[in-house]
Amino acid sequence: MIAIPAAVDVSALKDTTLLNMGIFALFVAVTMVIVFRASRNNKTAADYYAAGRSFTGSQNGTAIAGDYLSAASFLGITGAIAINGYDGFMYSIGFLVAWLVALLLVAELLRNTGKFTMADVLSFRLKQRPVRIAAAISTLAVCFFYLLAQMAGAGSLISLLLGISDWGGQALVIIVVGALMIMYVLIGGMKGTTWVQIIKAMLLIAGAAVMTFWVLAIYGFNISALLGGAVETAKNPAVLNPGLQYGKSDTSKLDFMSLGLALVLGTAALPHVLMRFYTVPTAKEARKSVVWSIWLIGIFYLFTLVLGYGAAALVGADTIKGAPGGVNSAAPLLAFHLGGPLLLGFISAVAFATILAVVAGLTITAAASFAHDIYANVIAKGKADAATEVRVARRTVVVIGILAILGGIFANGQNVAFLVALAFAVAASANLPTIIYSLFWRKFTTQGAVWSMYGGLASAILLIVFSPVVSGAKTSMIPGANFALFPLSNPGIVSIPLAFLLGWLGTTLDKRREDPAKQAEMEVRSLTGIGAEKAVDH
Amino acid sequence: MGNEAHTPDAAASVDFEQVQSTGQFQELRRRHRSFVFPMAVAFLLWYFAYVLLADYAVDFMSTKVWGNINVGLVLGLLQFVSTFAITGWYVHYSNRKLDPIATEIRHEIEGHEFDKNGHRVGGANK
Repeated sequence: MIAIPAAVDVSALKDTTLLNMGIFALFVAVTMVIVFRASRNNKTAADYYAAGRSFTGSQNGTAIAGDYLSAASFLGITGAIAINGYDGFMYSIGFLVAWLVALLLVAELLRNTGKFTMADVLSFRLKQRPVRIAAAISTLAVCFFYLLAQMAGAGSLISLLLGISDWGGQALVIIVVGALMIMYVLIGGMKGTTWVQIIKAMLLIAGAAVMTFWVLAIYGFNISALLGGAVETAKNPAVLNPGLQYGKSDTSKLDFMSLGLALVLGTAALPHVLMRFYTVPTAKEARKSVVWSIWLIGIFYLFTLVLGYGAAALVGADTIKGAPGGVNSAAPLLAFHLGGPLLLGFISAVAFATILAVVAGLTITAAASFAHDIYANVIAKGKADAATEVRVARRTVVVIGILAILGGIFANGQNVAFLVALAFAVAASANLPTIIYSLFWRKFTTQGAVWSMYGGLASAILLIVFSPVVSGAKTSMIPGANFALFPLSNPGIVSIPLAFLLGWLGTTLDKRREDPAKQAEMEVRSLTGIGAEKAVDH
Repeated sequence: MGNEAHTPDAAASVDFEQVQSTGQFQELRRRHRSFVFPMAVAFLLWYFAYVLLADYAVDFMSTKVWGNINVGLVLGLLQFVSTFAITGWYVHYSNRKLDPIATEIRHEIEGHEFDKNGHRVGGANK
């Protein structure tokens, strides 16, 4: 059974276009109906942003897994393992272990202190205006990077499925995806998006489970034989060892460290994940949802290990790289090899749904942050009524949707997992120090928060701009130019410690002291859940 | 409801500094921190040890253990196992050591308890 020749005829994929479109249309129709039904009771801001805090821990945990298992996890990690072998597995481990930071240090305390957004928590005991604005800006920046990654994934997937390789055709499809996403969010709000996430997470995990079982069955449920198959197809025993991608030089080894740091510290600072903790009624349910999602995500990443090496063995790295969509096409090509057009159609529709749902989740987070933090609390100075705030949020959705469409058209071809890792680095630099300090460090001040957030955000983004990701290498976004002054492609190893340092320095140098009563209130609320242990009543 | 700070809740008139200084709350904070801080340090050290090994000890990680399965894969899978184990351990610890005392403090302040749907259960209204 070992070493089945890589027999995936990429050109045969075009014949399956109609089937793919049909399966995809069916999914959109079903989810639209659900979104419509879920949105009937969307009246207040708590309904729109936090789904009325009506979800149970396991429902919300599945939705968190849905948010987290984005195109990066499915298409990106499978592709990374298929091409780079063991080094791709690093993404799975970092993405999973990172949940312990969220579970132990952030989730419950945050649920107890905030209302809708990350800025609610960060500005709780500090000066409202400057901290809220900084938190909202970093939320928007992280969401934007994450959106770029998802849209790049959409582009890859489309080019593979529909055989569209010209720029205009792909752009058109990205516009359609974006428009659909805007509709989900406008109509459904958080409740609608959460239901879409739940359905999509279950389909994705089920699809991956079927493929994993299938691959394992081909190799007689012998992992060693599967790995042997990957070595044989790649004609390179090094695919099983670390270092194939990152072991080339001292710089690339440092880059691997930087990636590892960003992955493990990024999750607990992702605004769209943090916002999910508010859709449950109590801290205990928040804990349950994190536990639930850790299990789902962990099991899923074990599947991607099999799928990645399965694609390496059965499809082959060269075929994957040569296909439209490149690295990101490993999982769909494997599906085509295993189950023909029908499985390919199903898996692609699920991957599509994944992108749609994650983009919707990101959009609602960004819109909530703009409407709630910047509009309601800064521009209207807390005087806007709920209806106005939700109206502003809806308008923001449209603006962000259009920005995401434009960004997606220009960010094409990069590995999605890699792009998401950049969003993780930005989140870990801009948000995590302030979240940790304000929850655990009594003396932390406004100046510390502002220095840390702007310093972390600016350094992470500047280092990305001057990195080989943007210019100076063949795979860069602007391959022609070279202004890559920073040698690493992930900024985390510099920007994350810098942001922690700035938070400490800003606090130590601050002559103002924060109100100890607010500190006491935040600490008592965060640990006991006083005042937060109930659904918002109407 | 967009901008209600935390005002309309049962805890609006609570003297939080007083609550913070009680022995009961200090005990809750001590229990919470004495679990999460060492645990966070431990799993981060274990994770970075793994990353460093994968980065700089390629030969060791490539040592075959059984068939094509090497040390790197085994250590990677152990990261999964430790994550699941710490998750379970934390849930067990919170249920036993943190939740009862947090509920007690909350109950004393609010004078009533909420079920998971947010409905008041027993107790007198403040």
